[in-house]
Amino acid sequence: MTSKRKRYSRSAKSARHEADAPILDVAGLGVEYDGQIALDHVSFRLVRGEQIAVVGPNGAGKSTLFKAIAGVLQPTRGRIQVAGHQPGRHICIAYVPQHSRTDQTFPVNVADVVMMGRIGKLGWLRHPRSRDWEYVDHCIETVGLTDLVRRQIGELSGGQQQRMFIARALAQEAELMLMDEPLTGLDVTAQEKVIEVLEALRPHGVTVLVATHDLNLAARQFDRVMLLNKEMIGFGKPDEALTTERLRLAYGEHLQLIHIDERTIVVSDTCCEGGVK
Amino acid sequence: MSGLVDLLLAPFAYSFMVRGLLAVIMVGIVCAVIGTYVVLRGMAFLGDALAHAILPGIAVGYLLGNGSQGALFWWGLLAAILTALGIGAVSKRARIKEDTAIGILFAGMFALGIALISTTRSYAVDLAHFLFGDVLGVSPADLLLTALFGGAILLVVALLYKEFLVLSFDPILAATLRLPASMLHYLLLLLIAVAIVVSLQTVGVALMVAMLVTPAATAYLLARRLLPMMLLAAAIGALSGVIGLYVSYYAGVASGAAIVLVCTALFLLALLFAPRQGMAWTWLRRLAQIIAR
Repeated sequence: MTSKRKRYSRSAKSARHEADAPILDVAGLGVEYDGQIALDHVSFRLVRGEQIAVVGPNGAGKSTLFKAIAGVLQPTRGRIQVAGHQPGRHICIAYVPQHSRTDQTFPVNVADVVMMGRIGKLGWLRHPRSRDWEYVDHCIETVGLTDLVRRQIGELSGGQQQRMFIARALAQEAELMLMDEPLTGLDVTAQEKVIEVLEALRPHGVTVLVATHDLNLAARQFDRVMLLNKEMIGFGKPDEALTTERLRLAYGEHLQLIHIDERTIVVSDTCCEGGVK
Repeated sequence: MSGLVDLLLAPFAYSFMVRGLLAVIMVGIVCAVIGTYVVLRGMAFLGDALAHAILPGIAVGYLLGNGSQGALFWWGLLAAILTALGIGAVSKRARIKEDTAIGILFAGMFALGIALISTTRSYAVDLAHFLFGDVLGVSPADLLLTALFGGAILLVVALLYKEFLVLSFDPILAATLRLPASMLHYLLLLLIAVAIVVSLQTVGVALMVAMLVTPAATAYLLARRLLPMMLLAAAIGALSGVIGLYVSYYAGVASGAAIVLVCTALFLLALLFAPRQGMAWTWLRRLAQIIAR
């Protein structure tokens, strides 16, 4: 039974992990669209289980970076390795989309969407069985959506949808989770719920990359912060990465820094709050 | 009571009506099931184009095959497959939008089909037959082909249910899960093409898109999950076919048109009276508010 399962499973074909390799190793990454540089000279390494915030102005290349890591987009230059292998063969990467990008009227409920994460493990010609649905229920419980399992997705709030997609990433047994502005357009309570779920992921050892506009949140909540504007301007502990100089370099005139006594108050990129682009 | 039963059974004293009945049920089911993806992926225009673009294939089959139905089927299938692949390739590589590519190929192929058919002496009659179908002309051999290929379509849809679902809902997830997205897309186009060809005799080229889109859209208004939507669409498609056949028999209306009109009527009913989202309920609520004021 197990051997048969393995034969049909897509995961059996996907790359094996090298235990001592960093979960994500990006070196000299550059991406161009139609000759326009979207991203260049990006190099960094992530330790397993880290939670990283990726900040930068609109068009800084945050989505491009995530899509390149997910293997959806072919880099022009450089190298990306996930646990020691090319991203193209990994199904352990989960890309959590912005909730505004999903079709709200699609006839699926929460359990259906989370089950989609399992199909890489299921493999071809197999339909989910009761133990797959149990796994899905467990993932939904982790993000606190058990009461809403049978809801059609259009009936969920933005924050609930974000948590649903996190549950889907868990169902995928993803080791690297890429979240593209999961908090944009959410109210404060919904944001806090999503952050609670991110905290709950820590014991699972999932490495999380979150693109966000919220510099305060980035500084407060994440292990390390990456400051991006086409090139990598800073990467490190929040106080190292988000210096006045670097913030000015990244945001230019879109950022106001207010100095009061010894403290710096950051007023960021307000034009982009609320998901308006 | 027995009068009603007689009324329902009377048409089927003729064997061609029995064959017609079987054909509309099978076509209704197959088109509605594959049509579910046409609706969810916004491929209605593409489905319409594919249906029209098989005309030159049918014309060649007609001119070469001396009127044999088998020749029409296979040449139609060839044209449908070539068009499905052509649309995919042109929209991918050329610097034009997909709907423009579809428009160009669809009109060009359709014109070629008309040009070919216009070389025959019985031009108008032949063209009308291909454009609007003739369910009463379904032969036993047609039925067999419809059953075989229709069954194959349903089998593929069942086997690749979760893959097509992910591809339609979230292409990026499909890419990160390493699903062969473009292969699955072409396969879906191929399935639509085959569904069109097996339905040709029943509804014809011009009204085909209604069989693909309308029952699925009706089900979309009523269902909240994909599998119920598919099953409901299949039931609506088959039911529309059967009712349409009766309307055609008793009112003397062209069969293809009658079937499509029934599909449309059912859609309008769902649009008005669907639980919760029906437009009639919104109007009633508004009316109640005005009265209350």
